[in-house]
Amino acid sequence: MKLSGWGRYPLINAKAVSFESEAELPAVLSVAGEWIVHAKGRSYGDSALNQQVITTRRYNKIIAFDPQQGVVECESGVSLAELIDVFLPRGWFLMVTPGTKLISVGGAIAADVHGKNHHSAGCFSSCVLSFQLMSADGRIVHCSPTENRELFLATCGGMGLTGIILTVRLKLQPVKSAYIRETILRCRNLEEVCGAFEQHRAFTYSVAWIDCLAQGSQMGRSILMLGENAETGPRQLPPVRRLSVPVNFPRGCLNRYTVRLFNRIYYGSHPAFVENRLVPLEPFFYPLDRIDNWNRMYGASGFTQYQLVLPKAASFAGLTKILDRIGKAGFGSFLAVLKLFGPENDNYLSFPMEGYTLALDFKIERPLFAFLDELDRIVLDHGGRLYLTKDVRMPAQVFREGYPRLHLFAAVRDKWDKQRKFNSLQSKRLGV
Amino acid sequence: MNLLVLGANSDVAFALAGRFAQFEKADLYLASRNVTALEKKARDLTIRHGITATPLFFDAEDCKSHADFYESLKPKPDGVVAAFGYLGDQAAAQKDFHQARRIFHANFIGAVSILEIVAADFERRGHGFIIGLSSVAGQRGRQSNYFYGAAKGAFSIYLSGLRNRLAPRGVKVITVLPGFIRTKMTESMELPEKLTALPEEAARDIHRAFQKSKDIVYTRWFWKWIMLVIRSIPEPVFKRLRL
Repeated sequence: MKLSGWGRYPLINAKAVSFESEAELPAVLSVAGEWIVHAKGRSYGDSALNQQVITTRRYNKIIAFDPQQGVVECESGVSLAELIDVFLPRGWFLMVTPGTKLISVGGAIAADVHGKNHHSAGCFSSCVLSFQLMSADGRIVHCSPTENRELFLATCGGMGLTGIILTVRLKLQPVKSAYIRETILRCRNLEEVCGAFEQHRAFTYSVAWIDCLAQGSQMGRSILMLGENAETGPRQLPPVRRLSVPVNFPRGCLNRYTVRLFNRIYYGSHPAFVENRLVPLEPFFYPLDRIDNWNRMYGASGFTQYQLVLPKAASFAGLTKILDRIGKAGFGSFLAVLKLFGPENDNYLSFPMEGYTLALDFKIERPLFAFLDELDRIVLDHGGRLYLTKDVRMPAQVFREGYPRLHLFAAVRDKWDKQRKFNSLQSKRLGV
Repeated sequence: MNLLVLGANSDVAFALAGRFAQFEKADLYLASRNVTALEKKARDLTIRHGITATPLFFDAEDCKSHADFYESLKPKPDGVVAAFGYLGDQAAAQKDFHQARRIFHANFIGAVSILEIVAADFERRGHGFIIGLSSVAGQRGRQSNYFYGAAKGAFSIYLSGLRNRLAPRGVKVITVLPGFIRTKMTESMELPEKLTALPEEAARDIHRAFQKSKDIVYTRWFWKWIMLVIRSIPEPVFKRLRL
C-alpha cells in the first residue's frame, strides 16, 4: 500500500502487517528484511517508513484503569485522543501532550514528544511508568526507569529502533475541568518574546506563534499563549464542528507574499493582551486537529517541518541569525512556533534541551533542502540540534553532531538488535 | 439494551459494538470462537463505556450448538448482529469441494441456523432487531470470488425474506452491504485507497442506519452507485471482463 508520514513526502510503496495480539509478532519478525512500526503516521518525515511496516491500528485496547492513582494500562496503538475521550470526563488528563492528539501512545514514547508544559513537566516519557517491549528475537522485555533502564532510555525517543512497544502503563494528571485559563500577550519582537517567556515561567503551559517573515525591528514578533488548568468549568468538552481540506491546494497558493499577508493578519487579529479567559482544552492544545487533512494545504508535493533547539545561552544570537536568513530567502512558514524548553532528560535520543525551540513548516520545493543545509550550519554552530520526528532530510553528519549520546544508543541496539531488524528510511539515511 | 454480537472478533463487529456501547449504552454479549481475544475486547469496552461486556464461545459452523447457545443467554438480547464471515480461497474452493462447502457453511448456513432461532424469539416477543453483515460481492458473480459472493448473495436474500416476515411484528432487519473495508480479512489484498473504508467508518454508517430505521445500508454510501453500475452491465459484456 501507499504510505507516507504526515508531511506526505516521501510517498512510498510498503507492505503493512497488522496484529491484534503480541503472540502474532514473532512470526512476523521471522520474515526476512527490516521492519519499523507505523502507527498513526503523524511523524512528519520518514521515521515510520520502510518497505515493510508493522501497523498498530488493531493493537488498540485499554487493559486497565486505576481511578485512585490515575494509572492507565493500554496497548501501544491506543491514541491520545481516545484516552482523552475516555478519561477527561472522569477528571483525568494527559500529563504531557503534543500539539496533536491524533497520535498513538507508542508513537508518543518513540518520539518522546513534548508539549506546552515541557519547562515544568518534561517529555512524554516522564509519565510513562513502564512498558513491555518486543525485541528483535521475539522476547518480551519489561522496561521502566529502574528495570532494564538502558533499554528504557533508548526506547523513549528511540524512534522505534529498539523494538515494538507493546503494553504501556501511563500516569495521568487529575484536572478539575476540561477548560484552560488562557492568557495571551502580543510581543513586538524576538527580544520581547524571550523576555516574556522568562518572566512567565511559572505558567504551566506556554507557547508562542512567531511571524518568521517579519524583519528589522519587528523580527521575531510573536503571540505568546500561556495557560493553566482551569479550576472551574465542565469536564465535558463542547462539541466541535469539524473542518476538512478536501483536496490538495494548487501549486503556488503558498508563497512569500500570501504567507506574509497571512502572518500580518494573524498577528494583527490578536489583541495586545488577554488575561485569564476560559477556553476549552481542545482548541488550546490541538488547534489544527479540527481540520481534517490540513497537510493538503501544502499541495501535492508535500511539506516538512524544520524543528530546531538551541542551548539557552546561544538561543538569542542563533534565532536572530536564523530568522534573518529565512526573511531574506523568503521561504514562508505560517505555522511557526517558538517555545522555551526546560532541562533535558536522560534519554539517549530525546530532542529537548534547555533553551529555545523553533518549528517551521516548509512546502517541499526544489531549492528548499539546500537552504535548510545552511540553517543546519547555524544550528550546529550554536550547539543545537534537530527533531527526528519532523525530519526528512537531515544529513548524517548533522545528526551525529547534534546527538552526543548516540554511541550509548548504538550500544543498546548492538546488544538487543545486532542484525538491525528494526530500521526506518530515516535511520538508514542517518546511519543511526 | 442487550446486544448480541456474533463474530465479535471481526474488526467491523468490534467497532460496531463500541458504537452501541457508547451511544445506546448497550450491554454486550461478544460471541466468537476465540474467547481469549474476546476477553481483551470485553475489558476494553467495559473500561471505555462503563457497560457490561460478556465474552462467549460461539461457533457459527456448528449448527447443532446454536439452540443451546441462544438458550443460555439470560437476559435475552434486544438486538443481534450477525457479523461472522469467511472469505475462503476461491482457487482452492474450485479444486476442493470441501473448501467451497465451508465458505457456504460459514457465511450462509450457519447464519440461517442461528438467526432462525433468534427470529422465532423476536417474533414471539414482538421486539428486537437483527443486523446482518452481507457484502456487495453477493450482488453479481465474479470469477475471482463467486463462492463467497454466492454465499453472501444467498444471505442477502435470506435477510430480505426475514425482514418481510418480521416486519408486521415490529422486528427490524437491516441488511448491511459493505464494499472494501480495511480489516484483517482484507489485509493481504491490494485495495483501492479511495474506495476503502476503515472499520470505524463502516460501524458509524451501520449505527446511523439503525438509528434511522433503514432496511438496507451500503457502506461507504457510494457503493450503492458503484453496484448500480456493475449490476447494469449486460451479461454478454460482463462475462468477458476480468473481475
